[in-house]
Amino acid sequence: MNKSKFKFDWLVLPLFGIGVVLLLWSVFSATWAKELPSPMKTWEKSRELILSPFAKRGEMDQGILRFTWYSLVLVAKGYAIALLVGTPIGFCLGLSKTFSKTFDPIIQILRPVSPLAWLPLGLILFLGAGKQASELGALFTIAICAMWPTVLNTAVGVRAIPQDYLNVAKVLKLSRTKTLFKVLIPATLPYMFTGFRLSLGIAWLVIVAAEMLTGRPGVGGFLWQEYNSLIYEHIILCIITIGVVGFVLDRLMSVVEKRFKTA
Amino acid sequence: MPFLELKSIRKSFGENGSRTEVLRDINLSIEKGEFVAIVGYSGAGKTTLISLIAGLLAPDAGSLTLNDLEITAPGPDRGVVFQNYSLLPWLSVYENIYLAVDQVFPNWAPAKKQQHTEAHIAMVNLSPAHDKKPAELSGGMKQRVSVARALAMDPQILLLDEPLSALDALTRATLQDEIGRIWSQQKKTVVLITNDVDEGILLADRIIPLSAGPGATLGASINIDIPRPRDRKGINHDPRFKEIRRAVINYLLGAGGHRHTTVSKKLVLPDLEPEDLSVPPPMIGGRRTPIRRHEIKRETVEVE
Repeated sequence: MNKSKFKFDWLVLPLFGIGVVLLLWSVFSATWAKELPSPMKTWEKSRELILSPFAKRGEMDQGILRFTWYSLVLVAKGYAIALLVGTPIGFCLGLSKTFSKTFDPIIQILRPVSPLAWLPLGLILFLGAGKQASELGALFTIAICAMWPTVLNTAVGVRAIPQDYLNVAKVLKLSRTKTLFKVLIPATLPYMFTGFRLSLGIAWLVIVAAEMLTGRPGVGGFLWQEYNSLIYEHIILCIITIGVVGFVLDRLMSVVEKRFKTA
Repeated sequence: MPFLELKSIRKSFGENGSRTEVLRDINLSIEKGEFVAIVGYSGAGKTTLISLIAGLLAPDAGSLTLNDLEITAPGPDRGVVFQNYSLLPWLSVYENIYLAVDQVFPNWAPAKKQQHTEAHIAMVNLSPAHDKKPAELSGGMKQRVSVARALAMDPQILLLDEPLSALDALTRATLQDEIGRIWSQQKKTVVLITNDVDEGILLADRIIPLSAGPGATLGASINIDIPRPRDRKGINHDPRFKEIRRAVINYLLGAGGHRHTTVSKKLVLPDLEPEDLSVPPPMIGGRRTPIRRHEIKRETVEVE
């Protein structure tokens, strides 16, 4: 009985939920939102993009997974920059009270700024880069927006290191680098990974905005293009794709995170 | 010339306005190779005292010297075994000890470091747990690793900060015997801080009571002239043991221990009633709502 209930919980109920949403969607598209394509229509129009997901027929006419792949590559780059910059800043914030008092206010001010506000600045910054400008601008935006959870979680993690571990380092007279690599970093890893996971979520949010505004090929760019060419079915396809990919990324990160939690 | 000497040490904590004096007038001298036990109440400042000797804290006044050198910072010449083990949870037993060995003897060949580490794991009978992480070990095993790590550093003095007080009585007894055995082999200078008078008398050459805080100070030192090896069961009937024990306890309860602090605290219970798990959960939602105590109108108690 227990086992069947388990299946009921994670399979039947979610499917039921999806069914309800699909039903509401059909009802809405048939009644007051005439412009909203129905689920069936969405499927029919998107079939080609889904069934040959890696096809490339033109710059802005490609399979959906191909677009997703472009977006993921861009996110990976921006995310990598965010981690490489954010983690050391987090360590400095956690280790030095002076550093923290100096920079914490400015971080708190920059943190809530929307990606839409950063992007134009990014584009201006890399104006000299010519063709590369839109990519560099997008990377800048992703990195600066996705950085904050990593920065703050790392700082919290460093501050939360038990005094015992620091005493061990002191009694053994570990050098600064050895203390960092043997004690501080391992002790902070669980917090860091929580930050990394949240950062990845934000990076994926930002990509869509960045691509929309720069018109780069990718799920976000494609979405905006289809809006302009009045193919509303594809907008829905993009939304679903973005959601599914974001969900999968989050799951993957939480698996990695759990591995470090036990340590 | 004493090996370790503390002269009129004073230490207080807190801000200027509300400073509490933890230790005052601490004078202590220990000879090389001596095993000294310091017993006192929890919260009397025992850990503060050992942190001062370890160099993790600096005294407000007075001087500490080890081997004629002023103690200013922590160092591997003083091996510390902390009450809460202080093992690094991401390293295995071997790695925890190897980290210390590698740090203290950087010039040794890797094979020698390895062999030294293994020897100390074997000394505390932990060879089977060699590759285990601290989370997989029991409290007693963790404390053995901690002892092995401290000894592997080959310190001039071993500081044991209530090493056994977090353990159950049986494990405690085993580890007491083990510490006694290791000491008789290595003849290191040892300072043992404990709240267990019997433990102090069983293991040490000298026992010194620490009065209750705030402003704790050391009482008169008592020589434990009971011949070694001391038998855990027999010692209870030794008249000298009883005498020492009475003297220490009298000091702790009497002159030195008068300033008891009592902490009173109102216990507020959560406004929740335990769930009855034998009643199946409701069909919809599958969750019970918490039962608030103040919402219960009437209670029926069935007596069979």
